[in-house]
Amino acid sequence: MLKEHIHDYYKSFPDERGHFGPYGGRFVGETLMGAIYELQDAYEQYRNHPDFLAEMDKDLSTFVGRPSPLYLAENWTKKLGGAQIYLKREDLNHTGAHKVNNTIGQALLAKRMGKTRIIAETGAGQHGVATATVAARMGLECIVYMGAEDVERQAQNVYRMKLLGAQVVPVESGSRTLKDALNEALRDWVTNVDDTFYIIGTVAGPHPYPAMVRDFQSIIGREAKQQMFDINGKLPDALVACIGGGSNAIGLFHPFIEDESVAMYGVEGAGHGIETGQHSAPLSAGRPGVLHGNRTYLMQDDYGEIIETHSISAGLDYPGVGPEHAWLKDIGRANYVSVTDEEALTAFHDLTRTEGIIPALESSHALAYVKKLAPTMSPEQTLIVNLSGRGDKDMHTVAAMAGLKF
Amino acid sequence: MSRISQCFKKLKADGQTALIPYVTAGDPEPWVTVPLLHALVDAGADIIELGIPFSDPMSDGPVIQKACERALKNDVSVKSVLEMVKKFREKNSETPIVLMGYANPIEAIGYPTFAKLAKEAGVDGVLTVDVPPEESDDFRQIMDEHEIDTIYLVAPTTSNERMSMIASYARGFIYYVSIKGVTGSASLDITEVNEKLALLRERTDLPLGVGFGIRDGKSAAAVAEIADAVVVGSTLVKCIEEHAQRLEELPVAVAGLLAEMRHAINARDLAKA
Repeated sequence: MLKEHIHDYYKSFPDERGHFGPYGGRFVGETLMGAIYELQDAYEQYRNHPDFLAEMDKDLSTFVGRPSPLYLAENWTKKLGGAQIYLKREDLNHTGAHKVNNTIGQALLAKRMGKTRIIAETGAGQHGVATATVAARMGLECIVYMGAEDVERQAQNVYRMKLLGAQVVPVESGSRTLKDALNEALRDWVTNVDDTFYIIGTVAGPHPYPAMVRDFQSIIGREAKQQMFDINGKLPDALVACIGGGSNAIGLFHPFIEDESVAMYGVEGAGHGIETGQHSAPLSAGRPGVLHGNRTYLMQDDYGEIIETHSISAGLDYPGVGPEHAWLKDIGRANYVSVTDEEALTAFHDLTRTEGIIPALESSHALAYVKKLAPTMSPEQTLIVNLSGRGDKDMHTVAAMAGLKF
Repeated sequence: MSRISQCFKKLKADGQTALIPYVTAGDPEPWVTVPLLHALVDAGADIIELGIPFSDPMSDGPVIQKACERALKNDVSVKSVLEMVKKFREKNSETPIVLMGYANPIEAIGYPTFAKLAKEAGVDGVLTVDVPPEESDDFRQIMDEHEIDTIYLVAPTTSNERMSMIASYARGFIYYVSIKGVTGSASLDITEVNEKLALLRERTDLPLGVGFGIRDGKSAAAVAEIADAVVVGSTLVKCIEEHAQRLEELPVAVAGLLAEMRHAINARDLAKA
């Protein structure tokens, strides 16, 4: 099963209708179908166009600060006593996370399509900030939908978006979190479909979004592969990344999928523990269904209603996951595991004290799994963990856990 | 011939336009729905569109979204919606019922089980708003096997080629979404709608229903001028919301609103005849 799908993986997935096996697809109302095909055509036209790629490369280099370093965490490697641990430093990107790799690509596409108005959804606010940032630079109107609860939790990012000229719309419906922000963004898009480009922040949504966002994020894995060759002259033995919707993970994984010797670990948020039901781990504890334009693993009740998720990290607090991850799970190419809030928080402090790097709480989930994985590997082996974002935005959450407030 | 096709055939022979009210099943209380459906039929409904509540109704505006939330608070599921249909059928074997909803609650039961239960309950058609023709091969085939009509949407943004494809997939009638937007959001432009319907008629013999943006007798009559069916949803659901604390008055109030549209449509149908 595994081998047959990995052979020629890049040519086969997604298929022309956006399917990764049974997952993905285009599950939206008829009003949006035209816009989705328009986007697909534009993306096909520009994805390999030299001018488009040159402009994107220039922005990624001079505006974002790429390539991001591949850093050998020597102290932490020594402490864990196993594989050599390399951090892919996406936290050093402009705006502090991997999200901007994708917003640059989509905003450049929006401009070429003649769209003047950008909309986006955001949970923790990182994608919202990354979108507001590129919109400001390109002179595009920008509206960001954010669950009312997240607006309260992430006041600093809300202010950053406003400073950048974006309009932040608190969403009061449903559970007032990321999934509801996505619903509201889709409603906006239906209503303003002629002049509006919807910049989705993760590898979910209707085709072509999962493939397009993956392509924009794959620079992470392409760089890491080259950097590892330059350092060690060979492939890494394992990759580790956290999974909310899964964009940083697929960005790291995708260029390695056909390299079968490279093990891949996607780390979901187990929240208070999978057994409590209060988590955000659809791949570990959910089942397939249809939401937000694609078929994938979802957190849902017996009746197919989407249930509320929990994670200490707002960026992982989402009931779905990108359809390509669902497929990589089913064919056994990637392993999906989970760590609790508490384990993530401990790893957050570990990295901060041992390496002098304060990671985002999302990335801390990947780090927590590295603590389990690295000691089981030999010192000759290497692993790359995607440090997808920096922890500045999480200061108040971590402080609150310690009983402090500021 | 399906109950939906029979219904349209009879209306056509009588020179009448179909009136299709939408309500969300179980809103605001599960027991209200069946009496409400009977009241709607008495007030002039030809076909009933019954909404399956969903936690994330992306194509709906705030009015129907809140209706879903009220219904879900009472644990209304696909199975309880089918129970309501069964109960409705005890007293009414003529009025076609179309279930309208999103894919996931139906997928949770599984298409074959859903089709079997729906047929047994007396459902005539199903419209899943987030499943376009491209993704509905399995669904349509199974519904066909159980003689349940699959209703599809056409929108202002639908190209001519897509209209042809949708026409080849559609059963029962085609639902034209009159505006770019969610349910209950804006007023429709009759001239624009008429132009699109003309293009659609070149591609299908199925009856054409028009919904979104119809809120009173006047707009209902205007749509009746150009369409085979008038679908009205948010206006009725809004009325349900307003009567959520006065349930004994609810069926009469909602039926009253529908009756007003029925009269306006009938007056138009008569004038045309």
